Amino acid sequence: MPNLKDLKNRIASVKSTRKITKAMQMVAAAKLRRAQEAAEESRPYAKRFNAVMAGLAASVGGSDTAPKLLRGTGSDQVQLLVVMTAERGLCGGFNSNIAKLARQKAHELKAAGKTVKILTVGKKGRDALKRDFGDDFIGHVDLSEVKRVGYANAQEIAKGILTRFDAGEFDVATIFYAEFVNVVTQIPTAQQIIPASFEAAEGDGASALYDYEPSEEQILADLLPRGVATQIFSALLENGASEQGARMSAMDNATRNAGEMIDKLTIEFNRSRQAVITNELIEIISGAEAL
Amino acid sequence: MAQTMQFDLVSPERSLASQQASAVLIPGAEGDMTAMPQHAPTITTLRPGVLKVESPEGNSEYLVTGGFAEIAGDSLSVLAERAIPMNELTREQLDALIEEAREMYKTAKEEDQPHGLVEDAAKLLADMEALGTHMAI
Repeated sequence: MPNLKDLKNRIASVKSTRKITKAMQMVAAAKLRRAQEAAEESRPYAKRFNAVMAGLAASVGGSDTAPKLLRGTGSDQVQLLVVMTAERGLCGGFNSNIAKLARQKAHELKAAGKTVKILTVGKKGRDALKRDFGDDFIGHVDLSEVKRVGYANAQEIAKGILTRFDAGEFDVATIFYAEFVNVVTQIPTAQQIIPASFEAAEGDGASALYDYEPSEEQILADLLPRGVATQIFSALLENGASEQGARMSAMDNATRNAGEMIDKLTIEFNRSRQAVITNELIEIISGAEAL
Repeated sequence: MAQTMQFDLVSPERSLASQQASAVLIPGAEGDMTAMPQHAPTITTLRPGVLKVESPEGNSEYLVTGGFAEIAGDSLSVLAERAIPMNELTREQLDALIEEAREMYKTAKEEDQPHGLVEDAAKLLADMEALGTHMAI
């Protein structure tokens, strides 16, 4: 039987753990609200952008003069996987789910004889993939110093990717992130960003109605790099909201578990306390009887 | 005849304006243009400059850098990479923007980047500086 002092210590330690997880949950809840707002505010831009791009891509896409970012390099031999995860842990399966999807994809590609290159955004993804694909890493973007993800961060990442693309380092780029559905559900998602793909336009005719200034090709060439940045930006925001959501529910679970643990330990503590008292009584009584 | 059109100004980070406007001056890549209701559907890219909105409720001005505008008859959407309301803009902010453009030009020149990035950066820098003198704040 564990002695009373040990039990008391354990209860105290679980209680302080519960306080920490509770605090983390509340912080995550506050951050989640902000992240969700940021994600919602970015949506109109992304939506309009995609609509225009889809129109443009539909009207120019088929021609041979279409920019390389849209057409692709004509090969899919070298694949770049951009794995976006959180900088911090303690958020349930959030990081490992994204890493798992990326790992699966990387294995698939390798089995098909493709070359895989990996760029990680966020420390946790790098840690998770380092063991299996350490040799395939070509870079890492550290956002741990960034308090609030801005468009500038996305531009920075996009610029890095585009420079590599122009240098012919890869043919196809895919980003991995978690799409935020609600607090308990985040879906790890893979999205191809180069060559660019846009949701089908509502009728190709719509695009033909516009006057373009400068020419369609030029606008497209100007906008495609921005499109990459925009897609990365929305992915970053989705990821931010997902991370906080995942952390919130993970910490909620942890808090509840700690509560249960405390109840169990308290019962055990009371039982042993009573056992000690009973023991003492027996000793006294049997002592008195012996006289 | 329609007197106003729906005007939306959005940046990646937030939506800045969504209102009725009677005329909007757009700093297009190939020159300024004013869009009024019933304008022919047009898509144009932006250069850094001032976007002027005239509306029944009053006029407003925004500093925009890069992006594009979509004019579709009775609605106008401006998607700017960065947009700051003129009355919130300070000299320091503008200086920071100019400094940024200068920095970009320098690195672009040094690294000899493709995509016509060097010319772009040079143009951006010139635009930004012109903007600074134009506003005289």
